[in-house]
Amino acid sequence: MKINYENKDSTIKFTGNVKQLLKQLNINEETVLVIKDNQVLTTDIQLEDKDTIQILSVISGG
Amino acid sequence: MQCNKCENPAVIELQHAPLCKTHFINYFETKVFKTINKFKLIDRKDNICVATSGGKDSLTVLYLTKKYMQKYQIKTNIFALAVDEGIEDYREHTLKDLQDFCKDQNIELKIVSNKQEFNTTLDEAYTISKYLKKKPCNVCGVWRRYILNKYSKKYGATKLVTGHNLDDEAQVIIMNIFKANTALAGRIGPISGTQKSEFFVQRVKPLYMCSDKEVRLYTFLKGFKVKYSECPYSKEGYRHQIQEMLNNFESKYKGTKQGIINSFLDLLPNLKEQEQIINHCENCGEAASSKLCNACKIKCDLDNA
Repeated sequence: MKINYENKDSTIKFTGNVKQLLKQLNINEETVLVIKDNQVLTTDIQLEDKDTIQILSVISGG
Repeated sequence: MQCNKCENPAVIELQHAPLCKTHFINYFETKVFKTINKFKLIDRKDNICVATSGGKDSLTVLYLTKKYMQKYQIKTNIFALAVDEGIEDYREHTLKDLQDFCKDQNIELKIVSNKQEFNTTLDEAYTISKYLKKKPCNVCGVWRRYILNKYSKKYGATKLVTGHNLDDEAQVIIMNIFKANTALAGRIGPISGTQKSEFFVQRVKPLYMCSDKEVRLYTFLKGFKVKYSECPYSKEGYRHQIQEMLNNFESKYKGTKQGIINSFLDLLPNLKEQEQIINHCENCGEAASSKLCNACKIKCDLDNA
């Protein structure tokens, strides 16, 4: 799975739902939006290893 | 997950229900307009200055304040005011986004810099402030509030709209409790300031009931350009630790932040009784709680360091 988070790209092996992905990445779900194909996903949505995901921080930079 | 009001997929799971894009946008805008009406944040005669940085909160509050004024046919002036603190490789990017946004929305933008007002950028002040054991966020916050108040007044505003949201406010409430600053706590709330004063333009917060997540989602769904950029000093603040703590609580116990806000609003009338008398600064003539205002105190400390 390709992930872009806070302007940084990475690739991980992952299959599961959004909640499990955030847990694996150690990201608090209150602090991000998870996007696939320009659609915002809720935490129950299933993801596949071939997906490309964007994670947007919701916290202002100060 | 399906929207609670239609068959479309949800984009957010709120405490009460999941909502799709259309129903979330409607819910969010209604909540902001209700906040403005409930707390009487904007009067028909008010000239409005919106404090802006180019971040998600200020773009949202600028857009929705203008929309509110159009909806209620308020014909008075609205303009945006930004502070250029002088933080290299950070503020110039957000100001560029802000300039583009204001041009698109046909809103006048005024920019005032720390350099022109205090003859020091925040980067320069930071180097000196380390010796004085002052946090950069303290210097930045005091100077920003000073400039916003002084220039909104100078340009004729009767209200200063800020993008402070539910997360910001919950953090400040907890910070004030942890530091036993009950006198300061009386100055926050949907309308800042404990009393009407010729020195202060009242600060009002239409996003008071909206979380960071809701505001970021709104900007994404509306297609506002908000780049992820983080102030290089932000992780040095006490607030950052409070923010992490509250987000950890919120993920375990939904509604924690809203609970803090609701409890605070119940207590606010009592806190307002503890207000301090406002004087004027002997150096610059702006509002002060002692002989010098906080902005001039910092400038003196830096000059003498």
